[in-house]
Amino acid sequence: MKITLNLDLCAGHGQCEDAAPEVFTVNDEGLVAQLIENPGEEYRAKVEDAARRCPADVITVEG
Amino acid sequence: MSMDRIVVAGASLGGLRAAEAVRHEGFVGDLIVVGAEQHFPPYDRPPLSKEILKGEWEADRGRLKVIEHLNADLVLGRRIVRLHHARSEVELDDGSRIGFDGLVIATGAAPRMLPSIDVTTPGVFVLRTYDESVALREALAHSPKVAIIGAGWIGCEVAATCRGYGLEVTVVEYFPQPLERTLGPVMGAWAAEVHRSRGVDLRLGVGVKGVTGEGSVERVELEDGSSIEADVVVLAIGVVPETGWLEGNDFDLDNGVLCDETLRVLGTDNVVAVGDVARWPNAMFGRVMRVEHWSNAVEQASVAAHTLVHGAELAKPYVAVPYVWSDQYDLKIQYVGTAGTFHSVLEGSLEADKFVVGYESDGVLVGALCVNSPARMIRYKRFIATHPQVENISANLP
Repeated sequence: MKITLNLDLCAGHGQCEDAAPEVFTVNDEGLVAQLIENPGEEYRAKVEDAARRCPADVITVEG
Repeated sequence: MSMDRIVVAGASLGGLRAAEAVRHEGFVGDLIVVGAEQHFPPYDRPPLSKEILKGEWEADRGRLKVIEHLNADLVLGRRIVRLHHARSEVELDDGSRIGFDGLVIATGAAPRMLPSIDVTTPGVFVLRTYDESVALREALAHSPKVAIIGAGWIGCEVAATCRGYGLEVTVVEYFPQPLERTLGPVMGAWAAEVHRSRGVDLRLGVGVKGVTGEGSVERVELEDGSSIEADVVVLAIGVVPETGWLEGNDFDLDNGVLCDETLRVLGTDNVVAVGDVARWPNAMFGRVMRVEHWSNAVEQASVAAHTLVHGAELAKPYVAVPYVWSDQYDLKIQYVGTAGTFHSVLEGSLEADKFVVGYESDGVLVGALCVNSPARMIRYKRFIATHPQVENISANLP
């Protein structure tokens, strides 16, 4: 699963970290950082939930 | 009962996400989404008082994303005027009826009105839709004196946006402090200082008698006998859930439609509700609540769709620590949890505009106000879910 983050849009809502803490975290600058480069299928539901819950549309999931 | 057709009442955030979620749950039947607004995809609402009002975003950036294979019939620019639950039909404002096997109530809320103010008066605005945001932005371009009635989230954000335009802004609030109903009196006083120090004239603890003017608004008259000069008046005293069309069905409609913990509307087995319009028992806090936040609508959409498609036996409760944000001036304001009593500054300092303040109820931390602390906020969200005692809390912070 490939994840693209548009950091220009990130506003530090942290909903991604709430949905998928293994994959995303909010760093001290208040921006999302990815903890796993290409997460396996076992994280798909959580990552898709993170994308859906992001108010700023930062996360795109491909493949 | 077979589930061949689902009608979603409401085509804004909650309705749209619920429509997507019923597909995600495997529903392959007819899906009909009815919305009062014409725009599709709908405009997201949080930017209407900020980026759209500031003119920072081109219009299409303000629209919600929609999944590619929604495969829904859209009925836009139409209002549902009545639910005939016994017949499993909704009646539209053109007299037509649509039958359903399952219904999602996602009609949201409408701006609260004051009987003394006619909002069709030229110069008087409310702010709920994209069109209203654009109309207000056009009015602000003529350098008006602005009066905002109501110092809740929307009123405060509009005030900040207007100050960004360099406009003269007065905010009138019935409560003694801005944001008091959400943040309480102590942090309400902090919010007052935020706005005063940036040039907003605050008139607190006073009611509004009405507006006056020849042809268009010229003054806001206050109950203490004073008045405010204004060419633009924004009425921002909150919203009321859109439940009028549900009357006559024996639903509990006192401040939203009452649901069970799985978001199924009480008294039904095929109706769920999401977003601003839904009231449900949130087991996280042992309280029945109605939450008007963006994240609440999105999260409830998933749970309600699951309840509707899979039925009561497989339904899961919606248990949540609510989250709301607001951007005002250079402040990123985030609140997680539910309303409580001010406890203490847990981190940082108010003077530095970077802090976390805790709120308690019965000795338990139930809320955290995080200002310019986004990396901390989500830790507090999880922390609150563990129901931490406030006694000695400084030794146990996340």
